[in-house]
Amino acid sequence: MSRTVRWCVLGVGLAGVAVVLGMAFGSMPDFGIDRHPYRDLAVAASVSHGTANVVSSVNFDQRGLDTLIEETILFGSVVAALALLRPSDEEHLHRPGGGRGPLEGTRAVGYLMLPLTLVVGIDVVLHGQVTPGGGFQGGIVLATGLHLLYVGGRYRSLERLRPIPLFEYTESAGVVVFAAVGLATLAGAGSFLANTLPYGTFGQLVSAGTVPLLNVAVGVAVGSGGVVLLAQFLQQLILVSTDEAERS
Amino acid sequence: MSALIAIALTLVLAGAVAVVFTDDPKRQAVTLSVYGLLMGVLFVLLSAPDVAMSQIVIGTAIVPLMVMLTIRKIRGSGQ
Amino acid sequence: MSGYAYAVAGALLLLGGLGIARSRDLVHSVVCLSVAQSGTFVLLLAVGYQQGAPAPVFGSTTSPNDQVVDPLVQALALTDIVVSGTVTALLLALAIQIGKQHGTVDPDELSALEG
Repeated sequence: MSRTVRWCVLGVGLAGVAVVLGMAFGSMPDFGIDRHPYRDLAVAASVSHGTANVVSSVNFDQRGLDTLIEETILFGSVVAALALLRPSDEEHLHRPGGGRGPLEGTRAVGYLMLPLTLVVGIDVVLHGQVTPGGGFQGGIVLATGLHLLYVGGRYRSLERLRPIPLFEYTESAGVVVFAAVGLATLAGAGSFLANTLPYGTFGQLVSAGTVPLLNVAVGVAVGSGGVVLLAQFLQQLILVSTDEAERS
Repeated sequence: MSALIAIALTLVLAGAVAVVFTDDPKRQAVTLSVYGLLMGVLFVLLSAPDVAMSQIVIGTAIVPLMVMLTIRKIRGSGQ
Repeated sequence: MSGYAYAVAGALLLLGGLGIARSRDLVHSVVCLSVAQSGTFVLLLAVGYQQGAPAPVFGSTTSPNDQVVDPLVQALALTDIVVSGTVTALLLALAIQIGKQHGTVDPDELSALEG
């Protein structure tokens, strides 16, 4: 197929999708109306379970099984990326060189922001049921924050403070704890991931039953997954080289 | 529909055009980062702070970082 | 005018598709896929939006009796964003391996399926 024919096929395809989308959007309700039946049901359920952040309640309480499956998708993608980026037989890891290191200013900013970012990440994870945030966002903040060690320092300091096997274990532990809480509520109350712990005071840190627990489990799993993923990419770039490249 | 939301939507559309039509992947990583920030602003205007937080952390920090690392690795080994 | 949000979401999807089709570099097409996915986020949030309503988090400014924006679509968009970021990572890892095996990441030169 020549290039012009391919462009024509693409044009026809895109035009067809545009027409179908236009027909669909034409019969949708207006943007910004006030009739949202799911919203009324979700908000009522969330308030009755003592959760101030309705999105967290939907994620971990009302649709907890869906979140468990999404966590598994994340886990599977990280495992697959690990398998793809593993050094093959012709490649080997070599020790990272010393180098000059970053500028003094970058180093200062990195070391200042690192504890701040970690604390903010933990705060976002723990307050998921009260303020916007939760396990997913806080986990990624933690994963990115840890790599300030790489930006503000050398790769060697990152390596020493980030043992990859530990983070692989904590990632699996996060997923297992989520499923274990579900099984415990199955044994106790008869349905998987039911919210059986006391609901506490609306709007306080200890509220909403099992939601804080699941928040922490997801935060640990997502944060560790992010660290492991970035570690693989950094390792590929900095440490791995083939024998031919070494000899040349 | 308020004017602010309309402006944010237009900016997002312009950002998407910029990302798609930047051919050099190195520059595309930077454009993608800015696009992620514009999307985050749109989500805040649509009263979705959770989603905005997620979008900013993933779309502005993690994905452009991995794109940059991938480009460095590919340019270093093959081409 | 009220359909502008939906139109922008559809346009983002089509732009992403156009970018993937005309791309000369696998990494460029992965980024365009990410743009196409962002169109779905905008569509989800646009469906749930209510004019002038606050975010679905109750605190000192929002009481549980006020009408808020739809939280269900926000929960969907939230996990969607995180999972799509991870899938992008997987695709980039694939691109690295293809670059190593074949020496090129141009889709036009990668067309032959080797045995």
